[in-house]
Amino acid sequence: MTEAPTPLWEVFVRSRNGLAHKHAGSVHAADAQMALQAARDVYTRRGEGLSVWVVPSNAITASDPADREMLFEPTGSKIYRHPTFYEVPDEVGHM
Amino acid sequence: MYTQALNTKETVTAAEDPAREARFQARIDAEDRIEPNDWMPEAYRRTLVRQISQHAHSEIIGMQPEGNWITRAPSLRRKAALLAKVQDEGGHGLYLYAAAETLGVSREEVTDQLLSGRAKYSSIFNYPTLTWADIGTIGWLVDGAAIMNQIPLCRCSYGPYARAMIRICREESFHQRQGYEIMVTLANGTPEQKEMAQDALNRWWWPSLMMFGPPDTASQHSDKSMQWKIKRFSNDELRQKFIDATVPQARHIGLTMPDPDMRFNEATGHWEHGPIDWEEFKRVIAGGGPCNRQRLTHRNKVHAEGAWVREAALAFAEKERARTQQKAA
Repeated sequence: MTEAPTPLWEVFVRSRNGLAHKHAGSVHAADAQMALQAARDVYTRRGEGLSVWVVPSNAITASDPADREMLFEPTGSKIYRHPTFYEVPDEVGHM
Repeated sequence: MYTQALNTKETVTAAEDPAREARFQARIDAEDRIEPNDWMPEAYRRTLVRQISQHAHSEIIGMQPEGNWITRAPSLRRKAALLAKVQDEGGHGLYLYAAAETLGVSREEVTDQLLSGRAKYSSIFNYPTLTWADIGTIGWLVDGAAIMNQIPLCRCSYGPYARAMIRICREESFHQRQGYEIMVTLANGTPEQKEMAQDALNRWWWPSLMMFGPPDTASQHSDKSMQWKIKRFSNDELRQKFIDATVPQARHIGLTMPDPDMRFNEATGHWEHGPIDWEEFKRVIAGGGPCNRQRLTHRNKVHAEGAWVREAALAFAEKERARTQQKAA
C-alpha cells in the first residue's frame, strides 16, 4: 500500500518580543494544528521562542534565482538612495 | 521556504554544461553558499541527498540503542537527561530530513530507502548497549566523534545543511557532557562500577574511531566532497583530532584506551593509535554487525504500527477542510 504524503509546512519562530518571526525549518503534518504542535516540539525545546507560525510550504511563492540579477542588481548603482551620498557642511554637525 | 515545485531536477543537458559547472565551482571557491533553487551539478545534488539523508537515518536509528536504557536509568536526573537526549536525536533527524527535502527528494522516498535497507546509516548504531556505562560511553565518545565530524559541516557549501548543523552542534554539546559526567561518576564509584566503565570503553573505542570512515587512502567520495566544500577535513584528520581530544579525558578519570600500541609522539604532539580492523567496519556496514537486523526490524515495525495514525490524521484534516468549505458555501 502506498501512503498519501503528509503535507509540508514552513516554521517561523519569534525568539523574543520586539523581534520578527524568523524561518527555523520545516515539518510534515496533516493539518495546521498538528503542524503547530510538531513545530513547537522540534524547534523550541530550549526556550528558543515565544511565538510560532506555520505556513503551508506550497503557499509560498519564491523568486527564481535565475532572476537575481534582473531583480536585485539595479539597486547597486543607485547610490543616491543612501544618506552618505549627500554632503552636509561640517559646521552643521551630525544629521 | 523552498517551494517544492521549484525543486525539480535539472535536465541532463544542463548538468553537462561545463561553463555552468565552472561558475558553480567559482561560487564555492569564493565561499558563497549554495541555496535550494540555485543551479547545481547533478552529482553535487546526489552527493548531498545521500549524505544528508544518511545523516538523518543515523540520528533516527541512534534513538534505539539509547532508548533501550530510559526505563532503567539509575536516577530521575539521569532519566530526564537521557529522555531529553533521545528526543534531541529525533529532532536532529527531522532537521536533516527537511534539509534533504530541499534538494527535491520526498520524505517518503528517503524513509523508504531506510526501511528497505537500501540506505546506510552510521555503523556505530549496530552495536548493542549492554550496560548503563554504555550510555555514558555513547555520549562521551559517539557524540564526541559526531561533534568532530559536524563542526566543520556548519560551514558546508550547501546552506540548508549548514544551518541544520549549526542547530545540531549547539545541542550535541549537552549530549557529550552528560555522557562524560556518567563516566566520571562510574570511574569514581565502586571497583565494580569502574570496571563497568572500562568495559564499555573497551567495546566502544574502536567502533568510535571507525565512525570517521575509511582511511584517506581508501575513501571513495572524499576528493569531490572536499572540492565542493561539503567536507572540509579528511577522515584521518578528523579521527586524529578526536583521539587527541579524548585520550586526556580518559586518563583524567583513570580509564585506559584498549589499544596497546597507543603512544604519544613528542615530535608531532599527537597520540598515535594501533591498526584499526577495517574488515570489521566493512562487515558492519554491509549488514553483518551485531544489531543490524534488530535495528531495521524495529524501525520497520514502528513505521508500520504508526500507519493508521498518519492515515487517520490525514482523513481528519480532509474532513475538517470539507466541513469548512460547506460552511462557507
